[in-house]
Amino acid sequence: MSIAAAIGDTLEEQPHKNKPQKQGRFTPYWLLLPGLLWLTIFFIVPLVTLFGTSLMTPVPGGDVGEFEQTFHFANYVDTLTDSTYYIPLFRSFIYSGIATLLALAIGYPLAYAIAFKGGRYRNILLVLVIAPFFVSFILRTVAWRQILADEGPVVAILRYLSLVEPTGGVYPSAFAVIMGLTYNFLPFMTLPIYASLERVDHRLIEASGDLYAKPFTGFRKVTWPLSLPGVVAGTLLTFIPAAGDYVNAALLGRPSNTMIGNRIEYTFLSVNDYPTAAVLSFILMATILVLVLFYIRRMGTEELV
Amino acid sequence: MSKTDITKAEGDLYLENLTKSFGDFTAVDDLSLQVPQGSFFALLGPSGCGKTTTLRMVAGLEAPTAGRIRIGDADITYEKPYRRPVNTVFQNYALFPHMDIQENVGFGLKRRGIKDVDAQVADALKLIQLEQVAKRKPTQLSGGQQQRVALARAIVNRPAVLLLDEPLGALDLKLRRQMQLELKRIQTEVGLTFIHVTHDQEEAMTMADTVAVMNNGIIEQMGPPTELYESPRTAFVANFLGQSNLFPAKVSGVDGDNVVLEDSDGRFLMPKNRVADGVNLSSGSSVLVGVRPEKINIGPLDPGQEPPSHGNYVDGVVEAASFLGVSTQYEVRTAGGDAISVFAQNLDVHGLMPVASQVRLTWLPLHGFVLDGHEDINAGVESELVVG
Repeated sequence: MSIAAAIGDTLEEQPHKNKPQKQGRFTPYWLLLPGLLWLTIFFIVPLVTLFGTSLMTPVPGGDVGEFEQTFHFANYVDTLTDSTYYIPLFRSFIYSGIATLLALAIGYPLAYAIAFKGGRYRNILLVLVIAPFFVSFILRTVAWRQILADEGPVVAILRYLSLVEPTGGVYPSAFAVIMGLTYNFLPFMTLPIYASLERVDHRLIEASGDLYAKPFTGFRKVTWPLSLPGVVAGTLLTFIPAAGDYVNAALLGRPSNTMIGNRIEYTFLSVNDYPTAAVLSFILMATILVLVLFYIRRMGTEELV
Repeated sequence: MSKTDITKAEGDLYLENLTKSFGDFTAVDDLSLQVPQGSFFALLGPSGCGKTTTLRMVAGLEAPTAGRIRIGDADITYEKPYRRPVNTVFQNYALFPHMDIQENVGFGLKRRGIKDVDAQVADALKLIQLEQVAKRKPTQLSGGQQQRVALARAIVNRPAVLLLDEPLGALDLKLRRQMQLELKRIQTEVGLTFIHVTHDQEEAMTMADTVAVMNNGIIEQMGPPTELYESPRTAFVANFLGQSNLFPAKVSGVDGDNVVLEDSDGRFLMPKNRVADGVNLSSGSSVLVGVRPEKINIGPLDPGQEPPSHGNYVDGVVEAASFLGVSTQYEVRTAGGDAISVFAQNLDVHGLMPVASQVRLTWLPLHGFVLDGHEDINAGVESELVVG
């Protein structure tokens, strides 16, 4: 049930005008207030400002980084047709898309094992899933440099298997960036799937077996569909932040692996081209929004976990 | 068994020396029985008696520790659940929440690659009189409707054996009564073997052709409901199935076809054929005498009243009387100290025997039964109270 519907119900159920209930009438709004204030001050206001920035043009004859407020919507067209911007944007979605699929391929079996085979070790296993969060995001990503370094174990194995040339390596590369993304967002994939699987009634799985479904068919027809809310939530929680991430590309990639996040950071902080950086931010946001809406529609689920 | 297709096995269901242990605990202990094809069979017992474990072994959801399970000639003891011609109506129905009713009912047929799924599903929904809900999701149905859908989902596969695990447990009393009749009708109509697990003796007696009363992993007694009720062989059966007055007595001799018994209230006669198998009838051996409360006749005690010709009577004092309309339930304390329940049918309009009044209880010799004296007089009583 949505929050709005919940409030609606509460209001409808209280037609009487006596005092205690009148107080209760506004309770939902009071509860919403801190969140609304927070979102207004730290999200809506900056968003409006950012949109203003995206329409600015340089002050004629001004310094680098000096802009005036105009309504130059052509900024969007200019940026979208510039290959230094749309290529990293496209690359971001490819990388985060692959990372999401990999995280799903690793996270689903992991969540399944914990939910169905974990037994009394369940809680310990769950703590282990989130254990990486005790170390900073940057540190963890830097650690992948060691793991993927030319002298490291991964390259040694890949060289032995002749998957890379005897002098070749995997860092820095697109591969390293995608590995980093996959690793960093894996818990966000695993936990919602676990939450969904954990609620799947085992008797339904027994019932599918009783009704002539082989174990894999039972999984495909019963377990998987019932875990879809978790899968949708997990893929969104992985894909969205991964698409905007710039740490992994900066630490594990080459310049040719830059993602849109790196481009925004560079344009904003190094080039001081604020309008273009703002335009990129909006394009990123809009694209993610469209992709997510399309995805949720496609999966036919509106209840995310 | 490779020459016969197990998924098409049919015939009587045999459980042979079936045993299931969980660690030190033996849930089912060397159980053997035969369920004739097409019969309605009930496994009745208190919770923890092993009935559900037995059912799960037949369904293939639990592997037996020892023993065999056969359907006709086909050994299915260790067969995978999805290969058995057995379907289950689960206690909580276990309908697939993400599928509509039609998809739920057609699930088994589709898995077996059967062609005219839609027609068969339609027939099954007609059987349970729920054609109109085919496109709804399980959560949109009432408990009784879900129960029927669960039944249709199992029946549509025409299994050799249909298992029902406390199928009416979640329904309220009125709906339960209605569903009992419905289940019996459907079973008669489709002619499948039904094995019904329940702790509700009324449910078992209403529907089943044969009832097996289970306790502590073994079958205490098995037979048609009337036989179990009229001639219980153990104190557990006597108490679990309905209500019984049991009191200890000693055998004082044999008189023709009758056994003469003696207790603190005097002498009783009991026909020999009302004595459970294996009871020692030599003089002086102890037995339990049982009489159902509704078989006892209660009347005011007149001074100088002649004893009934058959000689089975006790005098006592009414300790409690509760008027239920159809009948009145009396608690009578006998002179010898036994407490006896009596159900007196409301045939008259004279009102009740008042509390503390002197009464005489009489019953025909063939209305009683005799059990072994080593039986626990209270076996099965507790569990009935919990259930009731």
